[in-house]
Amino acid sequence: MTKSAIKRLFSGPFLAFILCGTLVPLVVIAFYGFTDRSGAFTLDNIMAIAGGHHAQALGLSLALALISTLICLLLAFPLGLILKDSKIGKKGFMVFVFILPMWMNFLLRTMAWQVLLEKNGIINIALKSLGLPLLDIINTPAAVVLGMVYDYLPFMVLPIYNALIKIDHSLIEAAYDLGAGKGLVLRKVLIPLSVPGIVSGITMVFVPSLTTFAISTMLGGGKVNLIGNIIEQEFTVSSNWNLGAGLSLVMMIFIVISMALIEKFDREGEGSMI
Amino acid sequence: MALIELIDISKSFDGELVLDEFNLKIKENEFITLLGPSGCGKTTTLRILGGFATPDTGRVLFQGEDITYLAPNKRQVNTVFQKYALFPHMNIAENIAFGLKISGKSKEYINDKIKYALKLVNLSGYEKRSVNSLSGGQQQRIAIARAIVNEPRVLLLDEPLGALDLKLRQEMQYELIRLKNELGITFLYVTHDQEEALTMSDKVVVMNQGYIQQMGTPEEIYNEPENAFVADFIGDSNIVDGIMLEDRVVKICGHVFPCIDEGFGRNKPVDVVIRPEDIIIGKPGRGIMDGVVTSNVFIGVHYEMCIQAGGFEWLAQNTTSYPVGTKVSIGVIPENIQIMHKPQSEDEEAISLDD
Repeated sequence: MTKSAIKRLFSGPFLAFILCGTLVPLVVIAFYGFTDRSGAFTLDNIMAIAGGHHAQALGLSLALALISTLICLLLAFPLGLILKDSKIGKKGFMVFVFILPMWMNFLLRTMAWQVLLEKNGIINIALKSLGLPLLDIINTPAAVVLGMVYDYLPFMVLPIYNALIKIDHSLIEAAYDLGAGKGLVLRKVLIPLSVPGIVSGITMVFVPSLTTFAISTMLGGGKVNLIGNIIEQEFTVSSNWNLGAGLSLVMMIFIVISMALIEKFDREGEGSMI
Repeated sequence: MALIELIDISKSFDGELVLDEFNLKIKENEFITLLGPSGCGKTTTLRILGGFATPDTGRVLFQGEDITYLAPNKRQVNTVFQKYALFPHMNIAENIAFGLKISGKSKEYINDKIKYALKLVNLSGYEKRSVNSLSGGQQQRIAIARAIVNEPRVLLLDEPLGALDLKLRQEMQYELIRLKNELGITFLYVTHDQEEALTMSDKVVVMNQGYIQQMGTPEEIYNEPENAFVADFIGDSNIVDGIMLEDRVVKICGHVFPCIDEGFGRNKPVDVVIRPEDIIIGKPGRGIMDGVVTSNVFIGVHYEMCIQAGGFEWLAQNTTSYPVGTKVSIGVIPENIQIMHKPQSEDEEAISLDD
């Protein structure tokens, strides 16, 4: 056997996994999505997205995912800048602190917020004892956004931090040397050069935020219906796999479109962001 | 008046003293080179001038004005960085225009300047090229172009040719001299390469351990090194112990050599420097000392030979080859013997010899 053949053999388990774990389910979902209960071809499941509460859920999902992605970005970029320049950051300690929550189960962490935010939860007990106005955001979109930001922030911090520390310090010095102040260095050097990190951060926060149903179930109390919740209910409560699969396909298209948009922005950004 | 004055600059990093009460005056329109081994403080000096480091004590004057704590973007100096530091997300024209756009120059002015600068560095027509499509030498020229379009009073160059291969380095040396003459601005050049320093500079400052060892024209530095460190660092040399018997007479390895140095006193121990190319090899008995050739290597222009004579192994260069084992004599004309004071104290010796 030649060397390259042996090498190819090593990729076998992974390929088998991809085949069974991704491709086959995709085909099954597509099959369910384009058929009705009797197995006949139909576009009804796909078109169902236009129906009143489905379209509304998709719109709300897109809006909340956009908001939480934006908040994550606004939190993560300055944090990345601070970590980049701090001595502790270089040792990876601060980064470690920020990814530490990821070691705990994310459902557990979301549930913790439920306990914190409840009408008679820990935060409100504390606020009451201080005589401050109570926080009433549990079971609202605001609580869901809070949960998304909390759960997905590390996925924004890490790629941005990685992009920022890769920027050669002499580039920053060169910008200062050529007369740029702090603001210009940020706008013309730091941000454009960290675009790849920003893009992967956005992707890694936006996509799970768009598809989540766990966070909205726990912190939305059934009052915040995201497209993820609808799909989940079709599969579990209504046992209508065909409709659930059809809506999943639509959401997949939305994700592909948004990734393509980000990608396009990324490529355009490379030369023209001056 | 000096354009730039460094007064009593001291700087230490993590408790290690890099510059110790360093003083330097730089004149207008001078090509001045800071030369020394790594860790001698030359790059720190440059960074203090550029505004990227502040001295612990001391002051930096620019035309008599204190700029010690002035931010780098407010200084009339520009830097050419060791690793070029071109912005990878901009094309060549955008890189060169960076400083001009910030200072609010008009579009026509900027375009003219880009054309002019590219022509100056022999890269006309490269405006739209990307940084990564350029070779190291080309990138370095763009870095120079980017700095000079801002018309700085002083151009700081931090080992700009360090990453280039030998041939390109030599070409770029001549380019830099031409540029300096055309632009008429002050160049402060930092390098550890003595050949670069000697080729390009009006004035060379040899540094070691945060101290200036010697300052002078390339000829002075090469021909009249003031101490053993300079003699050893600049080119090859034979450094031997000698005794100054009286003015113009020195005793080396038990033999008396006539020389041209005066004022060392009588019977004073001194260091003697003789460059390998200054050693005259002749038939036994014809020179001052007799010896035997112990090694012989051809290195291109000449043969480099070691000659054992008077208990010392002399390094000699000659276009005539003397095979190993040949009995020869060696001699030196008085003008080519350089006498130096021995270091006065152990401290001083540490400064000059520790590296």
